[in-house]
Amino acid sequence: MNQTVDAAVHEHVHRDDVGAKIGMWLFLFTELILFGGMFLVYAVYRFTYRDFFALASKELDVFIGLINTLVLLTSSLTMAMSITALRRGSKNLSLTFIFLTIFFALLFLVNKYFEWSAKFHHGLFPGSNELLTLPRGEIVYFGLYYVMTGLHALHVIIGLIILVFMFFYVKSGKVNQDYYIMLENSGLYWHLVDIIWIFLFPLFYLIH
Amino acid sequence: MTAINVHTGDNGSNGNHLDYLHSPKKYKGIFNWIFSTDHKKIGILYLISMLTFFAVGVVFGFLMRLELISPGKTIMEPQTYNQIFTLHGVIMIFLFIIPGLPAVFGNFFLPIMIGAKDVAFPRLNLLSWWLFVIGGFVALISLFLPGGPADTGWTFYIPYSVRTSTNVIPALIGAFILGFSSILTGLNFITTIHRLRAPGMSWFKMPLFAWSLYATGWVQILATPIVGITLLLVAIERWFGVGIFDPALGGDPIVYQHLFWIYSHPAVYIMILPAMGVISEIIPVYARRTIFGYKFIAYSSMAIALFGSLVWAHHMFTVGMSNTAMWLFSLLTFLVAIPSAIKVFNWVATLYKGSIVLEPAMLFALAFIFNFTIGGFTGLMQGALALNIHIHDTSFIVAHFHYVMFGGTGFGIFGALHHWFPKMFGRMYNKKVAKIAWVFLFIGFQLLYFPLFIAGYLGMPRRYYDYLPEFHIWHFISTVGSWILITGLIIMFTNLIIALRKGEKAVANPWGGVTLEWTIPSPPIHENFEKIPVVEKDPYDYTHYEELEEVKN
Repeated sequence: MNQTVDAAVHEHVHRDDVGAKIGMWLFLFTELILFGGMFLVYAVYRFTYRDFFALASKELDVFIGLINTLVLLTSSLTMAMSITALRRGSKNLSLTFIFLTIFFALLFLVNKYFEWSAKFHHGLFPGSNELLTLPRGEIVYFGLYYVMTGLHALHVIIGLIILVFMFFYVKSGKVNQDYYIMLENSGLYWHLVDIIWIFLFPLFYLIH
Repeated sequence: MTAINVHTGDNGSNGNHLDYLHSPKKYKGIFNWIFSTDHKKIGILYLISMLTFFAVGVVFGFLMRLELISPGKTIMEPQTYNQIFTLHGVIMIFLFIIPGLPAVFGNFFLPIMIGAKDVAFPRLNLLSWWLFVIGGFVALISLFLPGGPADTGWTFYIPYSVRTSTNVIPALIGAFILGFSSILTGLNFITTIHRLRAPGMSWFKMPLFAWSLYATGWVQILATPIVGITLLLVAIERWFGVGIFDPALGGDPIVYQHLFWIYSHPAVYIMILPAMGVISEIIPVYARRTIFGYKFIAYSSMAIALFGSLVWAHHMFTVGMSNTAMWLFSLLTFLVAIPSAIKVFNWVATLYKGSIVLEPAMLFALAFIFNFTIGGFTGLMQGALALNIHIHDTSFIVAHFHYVMFGGTGFGIFGALHHWFPKMFGRMYNKKVAKIAWVFLFIGFQLLYFPLFIAGYLGMPRRYYDYLPEFHIWHFISTVGSWILITGLIIMFTNLIIALRKGEKAVANPWGGVTLEWTIPSPPIHENFEKIPVVEKDPYDYTHYEELEEVKN
């Protein structure tokens, strides 16, 4: 433990990497349960409206979903590599990998944007007249689709912002070979975003 | 509080360090408080904000009772009444009872009790207070918006909550933010307990308050996100017309109720567990005895956290469920009573043959046991499937949860306040006045809520604005009780506020406690300990108490 005392304010700088990681994992539990609540709702309605869900899921473009899955998986790889690179002392390599992760995150969002706007174009969005003509099971399906992928996209955006900060922290040396817990925790967050998508993809795109 | 100076001698300070209220400041005036990452200052901030919200909640409760003093319209319109009971519930639950013990006393005393300088994440701690205040204001802002505050009850049941024209969204978003604040507090405490215990402070040398906060922290982390997402879904449903719970769009309102109670029943244990921890602290001190069954009390906190998370559907026995689900949830409800009863028996066993001193905090602890026993047993009655149908949604339920929440947790908070007040502020209150206030509170409380058991059993529905004349007498007694209770509250808080300014200076250990917080000066210095203590003894070791007495004299 490394403590320095600022004479003026007696504020001790307290560093505990294990503690920081425990805190991050606890936070990830809450995120998992936040989505867990939604998966529970999904499960109940899938049970109630099995046939409608199967029908409505055909509206989704499996190809775009697959591309996005690959993009996110690759981004998790580059994320992990940026941490390893920093731990081994190659700052520039680490920066490159963070940059690549940010690039993949943006790619995911752009894809998502085109996917959503295509749906909007077909009048399939909450509150639209066209959606209301569909059977109730399909209305629920699209409601869940927008809310769950939307909430996931929001997490991608938050992760993206965190990664941009990490990029500048690594660049300035605030996060470095000896103090990389922030980058590691950001990586954990990014993997969470990834793993939630791994569940969303089959539930919405693949199961018919 | 500006009157407090550097203390020497009898308050336990050696004068080398200033107490936390006077340590060198980074910012001036109020900013020294609202930007402070000192866990003690954050605890005080929570105390002030929580009590402010409590006062608002009490006023709403008072108005409700006044309306119900006689049948028909007394002072307000039915719509106003609906909005007032909703606000009363939202404020008391999300802004008073949930943060009441963990955020106030947990923040102040958890690090001290386990021998740490601060919590694990001090800045996150400050953020959670800010979120608390912001959430509180968002929840209450609807008071001033056209359409007025929500009239759905604090449960926000679908489909009414997507149909009503009142401002439901601010209340939902407010509760969401408050949930986030509560999660951060729980996360912080768990990490603190795992990482920052002083040398020698093994898990089973921790004070029981720390154990109860640990159990509470897990419930906060694992249950709160569910209500967060549920309330968010209702808000999204209102905003965008997404069909998730609304039956008109294919949703299922019962799914909402399940999700709501998956959090909100464990939330009951977020409220009661820390209070049980406080009682476990108070009783050994004023009975001068080692607590009976330390490990059982510690484990039963964890057991309550575990079982309490699996009983939510007992709020929904009349809603429509399979028989298997019904008996299973009923069984689990009975099981959760076991760890609670273990605690009560252990407290009573601790009192047996103790040298009991009836200081104010002890009176509140005894009132807790009395009220909690009544509240607990009536809870078991509701867990029985057949009886539940008879008393569901009657004022019997209202009486039950007020006995547990107010008679239990509320009295626990008052007990904690009287127990730790000298340590927090370095001043002693007038004990005689505090005891008088307790008498008012205790009698007023019984008069206010016991008649509601009877009225409810006879068929008085809850949340009703008007009632049949046969219920008049019970409502009348109840309203009179509310006046006595409020008198008690006024006496108690006036006494404490006077003590802040004019109270005698408190000694380091006014009650003869043996946990770590009593070994440091009152009020504590900035980083709590001059030297991090090494813990060798059990937390409630009164075996050498006589020697300690001699030193004090």
